[in-house]
Amino acid sequence: MSQRHPVLTMTAISKIFPGVRALDGVDFRLFPGEVHALMGENGAGKSTLIKVLTGVYGTDAGTVTLDGARVSFTGPMQATAAGVSTVYQEVNLLPNLSVAENIFIGREPRRLGVVDWRAMRRRATELLARIDLHIDVTELLGSYSLAVQQMVAIARAVDVRARVLILDEPTSSLDADEVAQLLRIMRQLRDDGIAILFVTHFLDQVYGIADRITVLRNGRLVGEWPTAELPQLALVEKMIGKELDALESIDADAGNDPEAVAAGPPLVTAEGLGRTGSVAPFSLTIHQGEVVGLAGLLGSGRTEVARLFFGADRADQGQLTVDGTPTTIRNPVAAIDRNIAFCSENRRTEGLVGELTVRENIILAMQAARGWLRPVPRRRQDELVQRWIEALSIRPANPDLPVRNLSGGNQQKVLLARWLITEPRLLILDEPTRGIDIGAKTEIQRLVVKLADGGMAVLFISAELEEVLRLSHRVAVMRDRQMVTQLTNDDTLDADRVMNAIASGGHEEGAPA
Amino acid sequence: MSTLRSRLPAVTGHRLFWPLVVLVLLIAANTVYRPSFLSVELKNGHLYGSLVDILRLSAPLILVALGMSLVIATGGIDLSVGSVVAVSGAVACLYISKQPDQNSLGGVVTALALAFGVALLLGVWNGTLVAVIGIQPIIATLILMVAGRGLAQLVTQGQIITVNSDPYRTIGVGHLVGLPFAIIVALAVTLLVAVLTRRTALGMIIEAVGGNAEASRLAGVRARRITLLVYVVSAACAGIAGFMMTANVSSADGNAAGLWVELDAILAVVIGGTSLAGGRFYLGGTIVGALLIQTLTTSVYAMSIDPQTALLFKAVVVIVVCLIQAPAFRARLRRRAATPTPPTTPAEQQKEQVPA
Repeated sequence: MSQRHPVLTMTAISKIFPGVRALDGVDFRLFPGEVHALMGENGAGKSTLIKVLTGVYGTDAGTVTLDGARVSFTGPMQATAAGVSTVYQEVNLLPNLSVAENIFIGREPRRLGVVDWRAMRRRATELLARIDLHIDVTELLGSYSLAVQQMVAIARAVDVRARVLILDEPTSSLDADEVAQLLRIMRQLRDDGIAILFVTHFLDQVYGIADRITVLRNGRLVGEWPTAELPQLALVEKMIGKELDALESIDADAGNDPEAVAAGPPLVTAEGLGRTGSVAPFSLTIHQGEVVGLAGLLGSGRTEVARLFFGADRADQGQLTVDGTPTTIRNPVAAIDRNIAFCSENRRTEGLVGELTVRENIILAMQAARGWLRPVPRRRQDELVQRWIEALSIRPANPDLPVRNLSGGNQQKVLLARWLITEPRLLILDEPTRGIDIGAKTEIQRLVVKLADGGMAVLFISAELEEVLRLSHRVAVMRDRQMVTQLTNDDTLDADRVMNAIASGGHEEGAPA
Repeated sequence: MSTLRSRLPAVTGHRLFWPLVVLVLLIAANTVYRPSFLSVELKNGHLYGSLVDILRLSAPLILVALGMSLVIATGGIDLSVGSVVAVSGAVACLYISKQPDQNSLGGVVTALALAFGVALLLGVWNGTLVAVIGIQPIIATLILMVAGRGLAQLVTQGQIITVNSDPYRTIGVGHLVGLPFAIIVALAVTLLVAVLTRRTALGMIIEAVGGNAEASRLAGVRARRITLLVYVVSAACAGIAGFMMTANVSSADGNAAGLWVELDAILAVVIGGTSLAGGRFYLGGTIVGALLIQTLTTSVYAMSIDPQTALLFKAVVVIVVCLIQAPAFRARLRRRAATPTPPTTPAEQQKEQVPA
């Protein structure tokens, strides 16, 4: 396409983690003076590719060449020294130091062996002026907004003679004005000849700035396109994937008829429920025996909706009605009292207590609801734990093993078991099948169908559209932290229509519900 | 030999192996220095001897360390226990000293109840600062660590209050069925705490909060109440320890009573295998730790080690225990030893550390 030579080429990169092939023969190239968007859903391998590139991980196969010379970095420091700088989503600077100190930490200008503070301040001011940022560099970094911190991080990354700048979701915590400012800086750097690798989940930003797009899915390269030749819908399709996987098809319709459940008694109704800075007000009703799927790209507000239903975050507007009674759910305890259960997508940080055993993790929610003075009798524990270990085939089937020793899929099942023994009426599952093997995935999907048949309401969140469509009676579509539409999963609903709704913001599908 | 080598890691990998070894070594060293160290005599139906003294003197430390174990298990720390010791001792002694008959049992019981109530209040204060207001535990309890000394001084009006009460003295130096009264109290409280945590779900809930606070919250655990409770238990234990320490000398010194006991207690907990990061706690380990620390303190005096070097000596022993216990350090030692380790060793060791 171009006569220029790529500044960076990655060829046939493979990376294997125990049990997972995170990258499988991925090619990637980056030209000077371009913004190249690296796209893919969660677990597609974007972060792994970046970490291989910057030397955080070694490769199992494949080569990386920088300016035609083969390189193999052993760490981010080495990569930075060679001109490959990374700015992460979470600003990885020190908020308790001044802006100037942050820019020059580790390479302070010196005079006679001591730090030349005046030179440091002068150079920092000049550097920031180049990207049109005029701030007092002696102030603490933490006193500035996240956007400014992000830009300081970029300034620092560029100042170390970077030729390749990697921006890993730099905009996820910025507001619209700040994003615009950041994109302007990116254009400026691109025009200076820097190659920018841009990871984001916001489609508008990709189409606003990227010259080319590379899409990964499940650790494999899907392809590379000039942005102009890849319409939004095609991009979403390529990210999510349409081919049916090896899963046995589970027919949700075999259970409840979508229209029949929707006519049944509503269990939970949200009216204009929202939280500033988290998710825009939305209305959603979940009926008994109904599976409502939440579709949308990562960062579209799926998890935020779930957290409001469970009281993990407090809603600051709108009304929630459970069983016809208006209620306020201030905290998880209140939600559990109303028989709502929530399996977080972050199993390790928000789900399980790694140090405790499988048994203890399974009974934790039930025990917490009873209060510590009324311990679940040992025999009852054994009975419950044994039954669910068998029902969900948790392996190894040893209730006294610390849960952190289990694999991801088995940990997920332990978390499910914790909530199922509390016999919830609404079960919220946030990415219950992420990062687990296909067998466990099928089991969990089957279980969801069975539970709904038994009258349980389920809010099912997944990045995999096929899975959402297979299980849900109704699909609520999220985009940019808004619920844009709700679609009944009748015979006419397919992945195309949902993708269309995600890509277009639901406009073809009628007004937001 | 091969069977010995393959079994050895299972024994040496146990949490309490090295603390017990050091404890035995200390006792051995004492015995070498003074052969009568091990002898226990029966006089007037009471047991006497150095070992009994160590037990008696370790009673307050055991109590304080018990409470500290629970606080540390939630991921917190309680620096104020020394001050609580001083306040509770001061309140009890002051009340008794004002009685017309200091030997009246009723008066002593009232004094104990009063002082215990004050200790509970101080625990509620700590717990409120940490659990409700959300101050970092080390800062929150530092406040009472400093202010509590002032409070104790206020109670004693800067004087050392001496009491002349036989019932009160009994708490420190008396005997019951041949054993020192203090150690019986310590044992009883240990039992009570063990039942409270392990026969109810309290222990598991504490470990869940300490292991992963956010996950516990999302599982519906009322973490605030639990956190508040452990600080109250800690202060209650320190309050009782305050009775023992002041009864031992029949006087309350707001400045000196329980000075630095928080450090000894934290050390005892850590030696016992409870991680300062929170999570699993081991009451049995804590007691071994407390006995080790007290034996060390007693040895320093018994061997008439120069008081100027005594603290240093203590520090060295503690460092050695902590180092030997650290898996990373042991692994390095093994590699140094250059003996080919059977491949099963790490696995077995891990298995051993998994609490059953």
